[in-house]
Amino acid sequence: MLYEAVRLALQAILRNMFRSFLTVLGIVIGVAAVIAMVTVGQGSTDQVEADVSTLGTNLLMIRPGQPSQGPGSGVGGTAASLTLKDVEAIEEQIGSVMVATPSNSRAMTVIFGNVNSSTTVTGTDTRFLTARDWPLSIGRAFYESEQRTGSAACILGSTVRQKLFGNSDPLGASIRLKQISCRVIGVLEAKGASSFGTDQDDIVLMPIRAFQRRIAGNQDVSMIYASIRTGVSTDKAKADIERLMRERRRIGAFEEDDFNVFDMKQISSMLTGITSVLTGLLSAVAAVSLLVGGIGIMNIMLVSVTERTREIGIRLAVGATEGQVLLQFLVESIVLSLIGGLIGIVLGLGLGLLGSRLLSIPFSPNPSLVLAAFVFSALVGIVFGFFPARRAARMDPIEALRHQ
Amino acid sequence: MMPPGTTPGTPPGTILGTVASARAVPSPGATPLISLRGVTKIYGTGDAEVRALRGIDLDIHGGEFVAIMGPSGSGKSTAMNILGFLDKPTGGSYAFGGAEVDDLSRDQLALLRRNFLGFVFQGYNLLARTSALDNVELPLIYQGMARTERRRLAFDALGKVGLKGREDHDPSQLSGGQQQRVAIARAIVTNPDVILADEPTGNLDTSRSHEIMDLLTELNRKDGITILMVTHEPDMAVYADRLIHFVDGRIESDTIPDKAVPHAL
Repeated sequence: MLYEAVRLALQAILRNMFRSFLTVLGIVIGVAAVIAMVTVGQGSTDQVEADVSTLGTNLLMIRPGQPSQGPGSGVGGTAASLTLKDVEAIEEQIGSVMVATPSNSRAMTVIFGNVNSSTTVTGTDTRFLTARDWPLSIGRAFYESEQRTGSAACILGSTVRQKLFGNSDPLGASIRLKQISCRVIGVLEAKGASSFGTDQDDIVLMPIRAFQRRIAGNQDVSMIYASIRTGVSTDKAKADIERLMRERRRIGAFEEDDFNVFDMKQISSMLTGITSVLTGLLSAVAAVSLLVGGIGIMNIMLVSVTERTREIGIRLAVGATEGQVLLQFLVESIVLSLIGGLIGIVLGLGLGLLGSRLLSIPFSPNPSLVLAAFVFSALVGIVFGFFPARRAARMDPIEALRHQ
Repeated sequence: MMPPGTTPGTPPGTILGTVASARAVPSPGATPLISLRGVTKIYGTGDAEVRALRGIDLDIHGGEFVAIMGPSGSGKSTAMNILGFLDKPTGGSYAFGGAEVDDLSRDQLALLRRNFLGFVFQGYNLLARTSALDNVELPLIYQGMARTERRRLAFDALGKVGLKGREDHDPSQLSGGQQQRVAIARAIVTNPDVILADEPTGNLDTSRSHEIMDLLTELNRKDGITILMVTHEPDMAVYADRLIHFVDGRIESDTIPDKAVPHAL
């Protein structure tokens, strides 16, 4: 009987091809929108997670400022800056920290010959390469003497190297940063994907002392990266660093921290949180479109039931029960909305793929979402098909047969 | 022939079980197949009240061929609807095969129609854009019969009404007479006890009408199917063994038709 009902439903749907298409358009758009949104949302979440893992999951960052300002906020206005002494203390006094490295950055224009490029110049030391797990592709790291004296030696990110030197050898060349001239001693390997929308490879490294003296004009360290030994819990290391920093910064027992230690997990959960809120919001809008699509199906099913009154009369006369007529029309509306759902799924995945390509994020289709869309469109068919189907089933056969 | 009571769509239950044996007792004097006692039908209420049937007593035995005549508004269509389980009487009682059917639900009445009745209408009432074979199959689908079996029975029924070779034709590709034959095939495919024919020749010319009447007569004589037919053409009524006249919601006369009227039998 169910098989017959499905066959009948397909027949009825194909007979009114164009009308059926318009009817399911609402479902198609709704399902496609939800799937495309969630696929792109999932893709960007995956991207963030991938970026975070390129930074290193065992990395802690210490910044001055109130913790409540969150990892996204800038350097705290009133909080004292960090110092190179803090870096040493963290590395030497906390056993779980493998290396600690200072960092202070500034956006600047670098010039080589007649080419210039704006980039980020970061003052740090060789341990930066270890902490960030970022090897050199050519050249060498800073010598200890260069770091101590603050020589103007530069290591280029691959983007900067490409922009300034193209394919020629940058080693030994002198680039200009503001008024200072800086000798290129090495090039970093490309990190590839951009992190949080910025290009990680668009960077120039120089010794922190050189940066402080010649560019920043102060002794500040705006951030410390601490790389944790494998096998040590991040939370434990974080607590240790916090205790040490409170001590060093002479924060009283009842005062709040004026610095901030956060790990990549926090950053990643914050960013994925934003993505999921956006995805949820857009999906809600798409769900409304599904609702509208369902109402469209109900409307057309009501028209169809009225049009086929005589057919219903014939079916009742030859002995169809209420249940059988109900089933026939219910199955028709379910098949209709499932067809819409399937088209929507294909379209949504297609749009998701396109969106992922355009945003250059991974294409992450979600099988359970596809299944959910399928089930949901069946539900739309049941919910919105029930009333018209019941109207058909409850018809008086005599009246129905008389209908012209 | 498959006994109607064993068709897959028949539910268990004493009422239907009793009805199933109806055809086993075709002789007059035994329990009538159809028995109406004091049946009334009132439409509307108050001033708008219409008394369509004002107390009908009627016994019809298995194997009879009954013609029902009467002016419009005489209640003959209402009576046919009640006899065909499409409508319920306001008062009185209706026994089918000796079993009361007055208290049956809508679905139980649908099962009675499916298993024991066949309908033939004036306007054929075939499903449009549906082949003759599919039309004839329709009642069997609701009985839950398997497709191959259904196909075979529908094929046979179409052969029986003389439409062999037209199984794939749509109603629109068939003449009026042929469409009515498809409708008759649909009525007999379930091997019913009774065919209710509501002006089956109303839309046909004279020679087509006689062909249809010959077909119905054959089904009555050969297969023993009871036939109840509403008509307003005396030429058609004479095919029956029994002629009932309705006037003003009552049975005015119940006679044997005057076979002296010439017709092509």
